[in-house]
Order: sequence, then structure tokens, then C-alpha cells
Amino acid sequence: MAATDEPLYPIAVLIDELKNEDIQLRLNSIRKLSTIARALGEERTRKELIPFLNENNDDDDEVLLAMAEELGVFMPYVGGVGYAHVLLPPLETLCTVEETCVRDKAVESLCRIGAQMKESDLVGWFAPLVKRLATGEWFTSRVSSCGLFHIAYPSAPDQLKAELRSIYGQLCQDDMPMVRRAAASNLGKFAATVEPSHLKTDIMSMFEDLTQDDQDSVRLLAVEGCAALGKLLESQDCIAHILPVIVNFSQDKSWRVRYMVANQLYELCEAVGSEATRIDLVPAYVRLLRDNEAEVRIAAAGKVTKFCQILSPELAIQHILPCVKELSSDSSQHVRSALASVIMGMAPILGKDATIEQLLPIFLSLLKDEFPDVRLNIISKLDQVNQVIGIDLLSQSLLPAIVELAEDRHWRVRLAIIEYIPLLASQLGVGFFDDKLGSLCMQWLEDKVFSIREAAANNLKRLAEEFGPDWAMQHIIPQVLEKINNPHYLYRMTILQAISLLAPVLGADITCQKLLPVVISLSKDRVPNIKFNVAKVLQSLVPIVGQSVVEATIRPCLIELSEDPDVDVRYFAGQALQACDQVMVSG
Amino acid sequence: MFLCFIPCICFFFFTPSSGFVESYARLADFINVYFYMQLILSQLLNLINSGDHLATGDRGGRVVLFERIDVRSHGSRKDLEKQDYPTIRHPEFRYKTEFQSHEPEFDYLKSLEIEEKINKIKWCQTANGALFLLSTNDKTIKYWKVQEKKVKKISEMNVDASKAVQNGSIASSSVTPRRCLPNGGCYEGHDSHSSNDLSFPPGGFPSLHLPVVVTCQETSLTARCRKIYAHAHDYHINSISNNSDGETFISADDLRINLWNLEISNQSFNIVDVKPANMEDLTEVITSAEFHPSHCNMLAYSSSKGSIRLIDLRQSALCDKHSKMFEEREAPGSRSFFTEIIASISDIRFAKDGRHILSRDYMTLKLWDINMESAPVATFQIHEYLRPKLCDLYENDSIFDKFDCCLSGDGLRVATGSYGNLFRVFGCIPGSNEAATLEASKNPTRRQVQTPSRPARSLSSFARVVRRGAESPGVDANGNSFDFTTKLLHLAWHPTENSIACAAMNSLYMYYA
Repeated sequence: MAATDEPLYPIAVLIDELKNEDIQLRLNSIRKLSTIARALGEERTRKELIPFLNENNDDDDEVLLAMAEELGVFMPYVGGVGYAHVLLPPLETLCTVEETCVRDKAVESLCRIGAQMKESDLVGWFAPLVKRLATGEWFTSRVSSCGLFHIAYPSAPDQLKAELRSIYGQLCQDDMPMVRRAAASNLGKFAATVEPSHLKTDIMSMFEDLTQDDQDSVRLLAVEGCAALGKLLESQDCIAHILPVIVNFSQDKSWRVRYMVANQLYELCEAVGSEATRIDLVPAYVRLLRDNEAEVRIAAAGKVTKFCQILSPELAIQHILPCVKELSSDSSQHVRSALASVIMGMAPILGKDATIEQLLPIFLSLLKDEFPDVRLNIISKLDQVNQVIGIDLLSQSLLPAIVELAEDRHWRVRLAIIEYIPLLASQLGVGFFDDKLGSLCMQWLEDKVFSIREAAANNLKRLAEEFGPDWAMQHIIPQVLEKINNPHYLYRMTILQAISLLAPVLGADITCQKLLPVVISLSKDRVPNIKFNVAKVLQSLVPIVGQSVVEATIRPCLIELSEDPDVDVRYFAGQALQACDQVMVSG
Repeated sequence: MFLCFIPCICFFFFTPSSGFVESYARLADFINVYFYMQLILSQLLNLINSGDHLATGDRGGRVVLFERIDVRSHGSRKDLEKQDYPTIRHPEFRYKTEFQSHEPEFDYLKSLEIEEKINKIKWCQTANGALFLLSTNDKTIKYWKVQEKKVKKISEMNVDASKAVQNGSIASSSVTPRRCLPNGGCYEGHDSHSSNDLSFPPGGFPSLHLPVVVTCQETSLTARCRKIYAHAHDYHINSISNNSDGETFISADDLRINLWNLEISNQSFNIVDVKPANMEDLTEVITSAEFHPSHCNMLAYSSSKGSIRLIDLRQSALCDKHSKMFEEREAPGSRSFFTEIIASISDIRFAKDGRHILSRDYMTLKLWDINMESAPVATFQIHEYLRPKLCDLYENDSIFDKFDCCLSGDGLRVATGSYGNLFRVFGCIPGSNEAATLEASKNPTRRQVQTPSRPARSLSSFARVVRRGAESPGVDANGNSFDFTTKLLHLAWHPTENSIACAAMNSLYMYYA
């Protein structure tokens, strides 16, 4: 058999493994489907491979998912755009499986193919496929069909267009809530392809049906459609049709629906124009900010900056700011936390005076919040407020907040604040940093939790980058090197790590003068773990220091370590020596 | 109209340490009414129904499925009735498949053994001809897909089959890896190499061909666990219930109710938490919970104090505040040591119309109208003759038995189990005095007593048909049973027809009317 010819053997095996019992092998073959297709040639791919895939689609979800993905980019292997339609049948079958992620991927691939197909092929092949799926027996196929209308619609002749619209209307009233949900979440996409005249009639009536669905889960997806539809409609239509709906939704009985409104509301402001925003949307938003369900307030608070960006500063100060004040002392820590993460962004919007007068007290109270996340969120966005009013007004309250977070008993909180130290340092300037924060950074090097020590070492590196080698020489290096005599080997290890991180930033001179001697001295440590870490650090120093230093200092030390009684020390010393040799060769 | 239930089918399970489960899922129209059963003795049996399939679960963690095989065409049935062949009306069920749903586990963090015993089973939305169900033990919920697959055989391969057999192990372990194929790791290199060296001709290589797959007629049923929802409950899960929105379900333990999305197994939302800050203040636990059959935002849960709370998920994210509470004020002077124990509700069910809730406590079955919170619209005494014996029942722990209850699809009748393998069926429309007591028994001669030609007799003010046999030692002359070891805890009503499945001893019985 020719297939066993040496060069073809791998491909033959690959093809056979399409039906292997081992799922990993099948998966591998499917991922290499393009290779198989090239080996078979375009014609046989169309006539044999694609039908074969279509018949063998009862596989595991994982394999089907891979197949759906591969088929999406398969057009070149079947002979280009002209033959794109042969890819549709297997994807159509995949659109009906019950695993959601397979269906979604199949729909995605179909859309990708459909977007490239010729208009006549779309009408001849794609639209019938959409119709078949939309009228399928099982809800799975109907769900999938909802995501395909926007591809089929634009190129369809008028009669077909009318048919597609009416089918979509039926999907919006399907018995199964899953189908109605899919129809609701795809309505925006479909509407974007529909002509304005039909938009106002057909699509709006579908939209109205969905907004009155008795299933919460459908209604809340209809909210998503509001913003998308609003952008398509002209301003007066939007005010007439969408605005009442969204205002209604903002007072829906279900908190989930109100939650969705809170998330989407700012997107509608542009669509309805400033007048309607002032009259209708601002009061609706204020209601959401004062909602009795914390989840809704969280969503609304999280969008406060985005909403204010659209409003005029006067409106924001008059209506939104009082709510923000209330929220800053909300009973739910999550609401305060959501507010804290965006409130700094309001400073540029409101301008300097309003910020100092109105926002500053809120910042300060949030900085004293009992919940660490709230304080952290404020600190993380410090740069935005710094641009408006400067840091001086805040620095007084900032320091206690930072110190408290730095000493929080939860190490994750300490970790989070360390992450922000470079940002703080750049905002607050060298002077403030040296006075107040320098000692904290050193203190973290001796934290009881490894992750903190690791982050502290990394933090020193980032500070050195921020303030430059000279500053580091003065304010970091002496303190760090002092700690090298710590009696506990784990702390000495942290210092080693800090050295290896700092060396590339500080450059060859400082490394050779200050850091290298310390590292060399540690090679005489009594703990083997320190010694093999010395070997690792030396290896990392090799590219930084000059070749003469390598030969004079590093290599002798490594040779000594390579004769250590401990096997690990010998191993890593050997590794480092090899690195030295490589530098020699390449140098 | 009085219904006369006659036994039509019974399945015996003689498994010493484990039992089984069964359920119906109707494929034509997915009406979900769920049946449950539990069989105490050596096994536990759950039964759920949505029409054509029946599922049962047991102490050994097994789930057994049964399917209906009789023709259900109404036209032909009418004809048959005309011809007076009543026996052919029997719904016939046969064993479909079984699978091991849960295995015994050990929680090392809490030093806790987790039994494999199935607590509940629920049917989910059918799709593509496959059956889906949720099963749970004390801690872990699993989502199962049971599907019939055509057996396929591969008949032709590129690489010589005989060679493949010869090289069997070698081909997959040493030879092929050399060619860097199976794991794909090194194949990339080889591939690019071959595509450079040996460019693919435009027509492809004619010698290569795809495996030929032959589809056989025979089919095999496979059950696959699609999702596992674990680590969300500190206490034992007592109920699961799926939502009419088709994408979420709840699981309830003694103190909390969690809301899940079927597609997402790694997170759930706690929607009810009755755990007091100090466990010494604990006076009440959740005993059962169920979603409303059509309103996706409503659910009801029952408590050990005999109250039912209706909550609205729309009101807030954490539903600690109920929107309605159904509770009957106890009659003054009737209080005894046992009052609180027997008030505990063991099961609640929504009627299909969503208007009524059926609850079962130790002594009674109560039907509530969701528009009336102060008292049930009907109360049915199940085994009033046991009231003087509460002391004995307390001594042997029988007083803590948890009986299921169920409603017929049309909402006109209710049923629940009792001792001595008896179960009782009541008519619940106002003015109905229909009541029947039936015994689930495997004695075939019993069927003679229950021929359809003898409708339920009305005996004085309370109509009761007692099915009793001389060989049942625990049943006295009045049809009252004092045999506390043979209890009928689990039963389920067909969603559209008047047929009941119940589990008693180690058997499953089907009754139809």
C-alpha cells in the first residue's frame, strides 16, 4: 500500500487517528485537519473529508469544539470562497449539539465563513441553513440560529428578508426561554442589519415583546438590546420607543433587571441626547444609586464616572454628587469598594474647585474605611486625582492609610499595597517617599509570608527603575546589604533575590563594587540552600558584569561551589559554570 | 368520579446492599413533574417522572432508568377501550439502563465520610433525543446525560490493520513517537519538513483515504457525567429543583439554599441562609425546597417548624426575607411533647398550575392556596390511628421518617405514603370525599382484588379502599398498619396520566387508574 511510503506514513497515521479510541489522538488529528486536507487535495477534501466529518459528529464535546474551530478557517482547503458552502453542513450539525460552548463556536465559525461568502451563495446556502436551524425540532438548533441572522439578512432579496424577519419574530416568542434569551441577546446585532423602515416596525415590536416577557432572565437580556437599538435609531425615535422602556426597567420589580439597567444606562445617554438625559435618565440613575438592593447600587456606583463624563459638570454636581456622598457611607462594603474604584476618575470631570470642596471629603472618608479593599481602590487610582488638585491635600490622610494597609494582618492586603508602592512613589515624589515609605519597603523584606518578601524584593527593583541608580545607591542598597546578616536563612535568601533583581537595573559598576562582594561572601554560608542560590544569582550576574570580573571573581567562586558536599549546590554551580563558558564562547 | 388504582407493573430488586431508581421523561412534550421514591430497608429508591421515563436512585449511588414501551396513541387507546380490553391500557415500563452516579467519598479536610446514597433526582430539559438529569447525594450534585448511540465500527485504515495489530503496542508506544505523531509535540517540525520537502500536489495523494466507518444497527446507551457541582454545601443536601427558565437550579441543605447555573459548576450563589450567628440559637432548619413550575423568580421552602415560605428572587439578591409564609396556628390546648416533631414538613410540591402547594408532615397532608397564608385549604389525615402510638414511634425513631407527597398532573388528587407499604390517595377538589388506601405489595394474587371492574367503594362518610392481605402481619382488621419497618416513603405521579409509581421494600410498583 502506497500509504505506507515513508513520507506519507505520518499523514496516514494522522488520518487513521481521526477514529482512534484515545480522545487525545482524535483531538490531535482534528487540530491537524488542515494538514490532512492538503494531503487529500481540495477536491477529495470536499467530497470525502467534509462528508466524513459530518457523519462522525457524535464525538466528545472537546473534539467537537476543536472541529467547530478548525472548520471556521477551512475555506482555503476546500477550494476557496467559491466552495465555502460545503463547510456549512458539518457546522450546521454542530449547531444542534447540547454543549453550549460547541454551539457557540460553530456559530462563530459559520459567521466567519458567511462573512466571506458570495452573495448568491449566501442566498442559496446560508439563508436556507438559518431557516432550517430556526425551525429545528430541538431548542438547541433554534438557539444557535439566533446568532446567524445578521449574516444571512443583508444580501437576501426582499421576500427572503421579510421571511427572515418573521422567523426572528417567532423566535422571540418561542416556548423555550432559552430560545427567547438567545433572540434577546442577538437582537442588537440583527437590528443593525435591518433597514430603518423595518427597524421601527418589526424590530421594535419584537423588542417590546421581549421587554414584557414574564421570565426575568429574558427581560434582563432585553435590557442589553436597549443600548444597541438606541444607537441605531434616530434621536426622536429613541426617545419615543426606547426611553420609556428603560425608565420602566429602572423600576422593574426584579433587582437583576435593574442591575442590568444600572450597567447599561450611560450608553443610552448619547443616543437620547442631552435634554432627555437630563429629564429622564438622570432621575432614573439617581434612583438606581439609591436602590434598596446592594447589588444594584454596586453596579450603579461602578458606572458613576462614566455617567458623569456624559453629563455637564453642573448636572453631575447637582444630582449625582449627593448620591455619591451617601454611597461613600453605604452599609455594604462592596458598594463602597465599587465606588472607591471609580470615584477618583470624577476629579478631572468636576474640576479643581468642586473636587476640593466636594470630592476630597469623600476621598478622605473612604481612605479611612474599615474595609481594606475600599482603601486600596482609592490608592490605586491616585494618579487621576493628582493631576487635578495635586497630592499635597491628600498626603496627610494618605500616609496613615498606607501604613495601616502595610501592616494589615491579611497578607493579601499587604501584597496589594506593595503593588501600588511604585505608583505612590512616582506620585508623591522622592522627598515624601524617603521620609515615610522607605522604612516600610525595608520592613516587608522581613515579612513572615514568602509572597510578601518576594513582592518586596520586586518592589525595590521597580523603585530603583523609577528613581534611578544613584537614588538606589543611597536609599536602598545600604539597608538591603545590612540585612544580609540576618540569622534566619530564609531572610538572607530574600536579600539574595533582591540583589539579583536590582543588579540589572543598577548596572555593572555598582554591581561589581557593592553587590558582588556580598554575594561572594554568602558562598561561604552554612546553609546549602543559600549556597546554591548564590550559584544561581552568580549565573544571572554573568551577562551584567564584564568578562574580566567573571574570570577574576565569579568563576573561582563557582569552582569552589562545584566541589561542595551538597549535591544541589554542585548541580547549580555546574549550571552557572556552563553559562560562564557560553559567554566566553560568544564573547 | 372515583379513581381505582390497580397495580400494573412491579419491578423487584434483590440487591442486598444497594437498590435503584427510576424516572420518566416524556420525549414528545416535556412536562416536568417529578416522581420520587425512597425505599427503606436495604435500599433507597428515587423516582422521577416526566412521562416516558422513570428514574430511581438508591443507597448504593446507582441510578436506574426505565422507559415506557406501550403505544400511547390516544386514538388506538380509545378503540381499545371500546372493544373492552381494559388490560391493554396498562402503562408498560421496562428497564432501560443504569449507571453509577455517586461513589463513596471521604472529605479529608473535615474528616467526614460522604455516603454515595442518592438523595434526589430531577429530570432536566431534554435535547437532541438525549435524557438529562440531576442527581445528588449529601454533598455533590451531578448533571448526567444519557444518550443512545449507534455502534460504529471502523473497517478500513490507511495503515495496514494486520501490521497495526502486529506492531500493536509498538506502533503506539515506540514507532509512532519516533515519527512524533500521537501527541503532536514534535509533529509540527515533521510536518513543515514534509511540506517543504514533499510539497502537497494540487490533487493530493490518491493513495491516502479516510477510515471507513460502518454504522451498525445495534445501539448502546451511555451515561456521561457532564458537570459536577461540589463543595457548596456544609450540611446535607435535602432537595434540588430546577427552574422553569431552563438554565438554573437550586440545591437546599439544612441551613442554606444555593442557586446554580447548569453550565457553571464552579460557582453558585447563596440565596437563603438561615444559619444563626450562634448555632445554639438554631430553632428551625430547611427541610425541602422547590421552584415554582412557571414563575422563574418564585420558590418555596419548608421548615422543621411546619411553615412554608415563599420567596421572590426579584426582591433582593439574598432572600432572607420571605414574601409569604404559610403556617397553621396550632389549636389551643393540643400541645404535647411531640407537637413540634410531627409538625416538621418532610416534603413540599407545587401543583402544576402553580397556585397550590402540597406539604407533608408526619401525620397529615396539607394543600395550601398560595393566596391564603393563614391555613391550608385542605388537610388530609394519613394515619390518625398512630396518634396514641407517638411515644413508640419516638422511641424507635420512626417519628423522624420523611415521607414524600405528590399531586396528579391535573391537580385533582394527591397521594402520600405510610407504614405497612400503604399509600393513600385523596381527591382534593372542594367537596370531594374521595380517599383510597392501597398497599404496594408484590403478591401477584393481590391484583385480583384490584381489577378495574371493581371501582373504589365508598364506605360511609370516608371512602376508603383497603388493600390488605392476610400475609401482612402489621395490618390490622381496619387496614391500619403498625409495621413500622415497611414504610412507603417515596412515590411519584405521572405528569399527565393517573398512574403512580412507588417504592416499597426493595421493589418499584406502578399503579394506574
